[in-house]
Amino acid sequence: MSVTPALAPDATPPIGRRRAESSASWRLSDRLGLAFAWFLGLLFCAIAVAIVLYLLIQGIKYVRPSLFVTSPTAGFTQNDTGGFLDPLIGTLVVALLAMLIALPVGISIAVWLSEYGRPRVLARVAESTVEMLAGAPSVVLALFGTLLFESPALGFLSRSSGGVVFGRSFFAAAAMLSLVALPIVVASVREGLQAIPAHVREASYAVGKTKYATTRRVLLPAARPSVLTGAMLGVGRVIGDTAIIVILLGATLTLDGAGSTPILGTLRGTGSTLTSYIFDNAPTGEQNQPNKAYAAAFVLLMIVLLLNLGVDVASRRARRLRWS
Amino acid sequence: MDDDLLVEEGSGWSQDQRAEYLLGALVCVVVALLLAMFLFVFREAWPSFAHNGLGWFGPGGNVDNEIQAIFTSGDLGGKPVYAFHAWPLLWSTVLITGASVALAFVCSLFIAVFIVEFAPDWLRRVLEPVVRLLASVPSVIYGLLGVLILVPLIGNHLISQSSKQSVAFIISLSGYSLLAAVLILTVMIAPIMIAIFADGLRAVPRGWIEGSLALGVNRWRTFWQVAVRTARPVLVAGTVLATARALGEAVMLSMVSGSVGFAPNPADGLIFFVEPSRPLAATIIRNTEELSSPPMKHTLYAIAAVLLFSAAMLSFIGWAVKQSMKRYGVLA
Repeated sequence: MSVTPALAPDATPPIGRRRAESSASWRLSDRLGLAFAWFLGLLFCAIAVAIVLYLLIQGIKYVRPSLFVTSPTAGFTQNDTGGFLDPLIGTLVVALLAMLIALPVGISIAVWLSEYGRPRVLARVAESTVEMLAGAPSVVLALFGTLLFESPALGFLSRSSGGVVFGRSFFAAAAMLSLVALPIVVASVREGLQAIPAHVREASYAVGKTKYATTRRVLLPAARPSVLTGAMLGVGRVIGDTAIIVILLGATLTLDGAGSTPILGTLRGTGSTLTSYIFDNAPTGEQNQPNKAYAAAFVLLMIVLLLNLGVDVASRRARRLRWS
Repeated sequence: MDDDLLVEEGSGWSQDQRAEYLLGALVCVVVALLLAMFLFVFREAWPSFAHNGLGWFGPGGNVDNEIQAIFTSGDLGGKPVYAFHAWPLLWSTVLITGASVALAFVCSLFIAVFIVEFAPDWLRRVLEPVVRLLASVPSVIYGLLGVLILVPLIGNHLISQSSKQSVAFIISLSGYSLLAAVLILTVMIAPIMIAIFADGLRAVPRGWIEGSLALGVNRWRTFWQVAVRTARPVLVAGTVLATARALGEAVMLSMVSGSVGFAPNPADGLIFFVEPSRPLAATIIRNTEELSSPPMKHTLYAIAAVLLFSAAMLSFIGWAVKQSMKRYGVLA
C-alpha cells in the first residue's frame, strides 16, 4: 500500500487491450453495472470540469492585478478590504520553509528504509509511524504544535511577552506542515529508490564504492524524478492545508512580525496564507467577502493545477528512464 | 571531494557507518515525535475525561452551552467547569464519515474498475488527471464552493417552507446540512480511494483474468469475481486511508455542516438529511481562539485525543487486515 493517495500515474505499461467482446451478449445486470460505471466516470469528469470552470469564471470576474500588490485591510465592503498580497507571500514562505524541513528528512527516512532498514524492528516501527502520520488529522497535529511551541524551550521561535510564549509563528506552522508533507515525500522517494534494480547497486559496489557513495552518487541522482514528484505533491498538500495555518500561524490579516530583525522577525511573527484568507472571507468566516474569497480560491487553484502539471511532467520523465 | 568514493580504512566508524547511524537516529527522532504527540495530547486531554467519565461520550444537555460554560469558567479565574457531553458531535462525526465513506467506496470501486479495464483509451486519459486534480484541490476550496453553491441550493430548493417552520423553534434549516457535508466529503475522499483501488486492480496478474475469460465468463463478471476479489486487501487499505482523511477533515465540514451542536435524528424523516450538525474536528477549528482558557484547552485536547485514537485504530485495522491476507498468499 502506498501512503500517497495519489497520484503518480501508473508506472506499468498499458496492457494490450482487446476490443473484441461487446456487451451485447451480457446479462442485463452486468450491462446495467457497466452503464453505472460509465455514468460515474462521466459524472466525475463533469464535477472536476464544473469546479475548474466555475472558479475560472469567478476568477475572471473578480481577480484584479491590484489584488496581488495590496495588503488586506479590515473593512465591510469589497472595496475597502484590500488585496491578498500578504496571504500570497505567506503561502510561499510556509511552503518553502515546510519543504526545507520535509525534503531532507523525508529523503533521509526513505533512504534509510530502502537501503539500510536494520534493525528490522525499527524499520517496521518507522513504516507504521509514517503511515500513522499520513492518517493523523491535521487539526490534531496543529494542537500538538501549540503545545510544542508554547514551551519556553522553543520560545525563541515565536513572539513572547513576559515569559509567556505565544507559540504562533511561521516557524511553528512550517514545522507542523512538514509533518503533513513528510509521508508523501517518503512514499514517493522510496518508490523511486525501489524501482532501481539491484544490479545497478551491485555494479557500483563492484567498482569499490561504499554504500554511502552509491546512495549519493548513483541512487539519489537516478531517483531524482521521484524526489521531484514527492516534493511537488508535498507542496500541494502544504499549501492546501488550512487547519494548521489557522491554529499555528494565527491567520492574522497582514504579516505581523515579531521583533525588528527584518526576515527573522517576520518568520517569528504571525501571518496568513491563501487558504486561511479564503476561510476567513467565506460567508462562514470572520471577514465575509465572498468575492475576495473567490479571487483567492482561483489563484490557489491555479497554483495547484500548475503543481499537478509539474507532477505529470516529472513522472513522464521518470518513465522515460527505464532500467533494463 | 572524492574521498567518499573509496572504502575508508581509518579508525573508528567509517563514513558508511556514520551515514547509517545518522539516518537511523533521524528515523528514531521522527518515531519519538509521534510517540510524544500521543503522550502530550492524552496528557492534556486527561482532566476533561477524568471529570466526565464515560459521560463524556454520552448525550446530555446542549453541547454549545456546555462549551460556552467551560470557556467562561476559565476566563473568570473561578472554579473551572468541565461538564461536557460530546454525543451530538460524535454522532455527527459518525454519520458524516460513515455515509460519505460508504458512498465513496461504491463510487470509487466502480470508477476504479472502469478506469483499469473498461474505459476507452481517450476517457482513461481524461479520467486519470481528473482524479489527481480532485485529490489535490484544497479542502477550503471545496468548502467555499459548498457554502456558496450547494448550501443555498439545498436551502432554497430542497427544503420546503413548511418543514422549515415545523422545526423553527429547535433548529433552523438553512441548507447547512448533513446532505451537503456528505456530498462534498464524498467528492473529496473518492479520489484517494480511486487512486489506491486502481493501483491494486492493475497489480492483479493478467493470467488469472485471462484464465477466467478463457472459460467463457464475460469481462464484467471476470473482473468483479477475479480482479476485485484478489485486490481485497487494497480495497481495505484505501478505505482505511480515506476514512482517516474524512475523520480529520475540519475546515470544509466546519464551513458546510452548519456548526451547531445538534444531533440529527433519523426519526425525523426526510428532514434528517438537511439537519445541521458539527463533527468533532470542526469543533476544534471553530474554538481555537478559546485555547487560552485552561478548561477549554483540556476539552479541545480531549476531542483531539478521540480523533487521534480513532486514526490510530484505523491504521491498526489496515495493518491487521494486510497481515491476515498475507497468510493466504494474496498480494500484499
